[in-house]
Amino acid sequence: MTETLLDANELVLNMGPQHPSTHGVLRVVLKLDGEKVTGTDCIIGYLHRGVEKIGENRTYAMFAPYVDRMDYLAAVSNGLGYCLAVEKLLNVTAPPRAQTVRVILAELNRIASHLFWLGTHALDIGAMTPLFYTLREREEVLKIFENYCGARITTHAFRIGGLYYEVYDGFEAQVLAFCEMFERRVDEYETMLTENRIWVDRLLGVGILTAADCLELGVTGPMIRASGVAWDLRKAQPYSGYEQYDFDIPTRTNGDTYDRYMVRIAEMRQSVRIIRQAAKNIPEGPQMAKVPKVIKPPVGEVYVSVEAPKGELGYFLVSDGTITPYRVRVRPPSFVNLQALDRMARGALIADVVAIIGTIDIVLGEVDR
Amino acid sequence: MTFLRKILLGDLWQGLKLTFRTQAPKNIYTEQYPAERPKVAERFRGAPRLNINPTNGETLCISCDLCAIVCPEKLIKVTSVRNPETRRKDLVNFTYDLSRCMFCGLCEDACPVDALELTQDFELAGYSREGAIWDRQMLEEGPHPQRFV
Repeated sequence: MTETLLDANELVLNMGPQHPSTHGVLRVVLKLDGEKVTGTDCIIGYLHRGVEKIGENRTYAMFAPYVDRMDYLAAVSNGLGYCLAVEKLLNVTAPPRAQTVRVILAELNRIASHLFWLGTHALDIGAMTPLFYTLREREEVLKIFENYCGARITTHAFRIGGLYYEVYDGFEAQVLAFCEMFERRVDEYETMLTENRIWVDRLLGVGILTAADCLELGVTGPMIRASGVAWDLRKAQPYSGYEQYDFDIPTRTNGDTYDRYMVRIAEMRQSVRIIRQAAKNIPEGPQMAKVPKVIKPPVGEVYVSVEAPKGELGYFLVSDGTITPYRVRVRPPSFVNLQALDRMARGALIADVVAIIGTIDIVLGEVDR
Repeated sequence: MTFLRKILLGDLWQGLKLTFRTQAPKNIYTEQYPAERPKVAERFRGAPRLNINPTNGETLCISCDLCAIVCPEKLIKVTSVRNPETRRKDLVNFTYDLSRCMFCGLCEDACPVDALELTQDFELAGYSREGAIWDRQMLEEGPHPQRFV
């Protein structure tokens, strides 16, 4: 908070770090006029673990499990981004088989992340039932992860250069069965929420962010797409073979909380579409590119970004030719998207702040790193 | 139509119908954990184990130290002595600090002889931090949990 002198009518209220609807340990200092929010100030760092510094002290292969722990709801996407960055530094590409399996797992992870977002966001608003349903479907995704790589949340599924784990027997069948089941489930969520009058009243017109605001603040992911900008890195700069798949970028125009909900629901359907196409033809062949045992990339720097469930997740790696990176910088989507909180929350009510924090879809592990 | 739907609470009834449809006992997803143990996947990465050769009871570990080198948390300590007769390294002790382990599986990948393995055991609670540091005996035999019933 920049101004310490308050008006006689103004009140400062700490929301968090132990507030359940801040999705972790975010502390928001609210400046209030009655129940109206006149300013917010985010205080972050309660979950700071120095991931970037850890990266400078580990070899390239060793750092891969740590990136899973930033956005722990989308560990696979984090791992994918990191592996792609190191592969670009080494100037290798993963074989087609590895790319396809990566796409399947990353899209499953997008679904899992959006499901968790939907459940907790609905819980914040006051709808408890969706949480149980979404976690039930998320469990199916986690089972696929567990069968594939042996871990459910912090998966460490990919290695630099491709995949370590072979696809298990019945992987395609399990993935396709999940797709079959999941499309009906999305309809069920929509039945519960989309037309529900409480849901609509709480979300419609709350936390409006225009396209210009989004571009100015660097907001990415479903938030910018809800404002009408069809920006998706999977289309804009395809990686890992995304150019072969046929899918749409769902967009909405109003940029309010309800639109962001609709965009994420539509994205889950698109993810199912991608998974279906990918799982039906996983190419045969090797799953690991030729990568030296000790990874020693040439001197140079790369920036590689992927479309994580929350937005653009970028890795900036500087190599000085040794076995450890000289500098690791992560551009986390949640951290950048959180900057939009103040613009969305100004003039809203306290209850709306809960909805607005929920709609950004932050993971504090990623904000603080 | 929409007006009728609105005054008759159509949207709410629709949601309630769905909620009641999922009340059937066959839809229960919760695991009754201590009573019924979950079946973890074959590739599950849990408690570490140092495999021994089942025929002669000797350890499979060749003390190559690769697991200790590759571990991001540096929690594996391998001590060995050089056997003057066979010119090979004999394993003396192997400590594995489970309190710092994040079960990434890199040590398992690195092991050239399948000696170190992350098993399907997932019950790793202990009473002290020292108890989480497993030595060679513990790694070979597995933990012996105290039963209080």
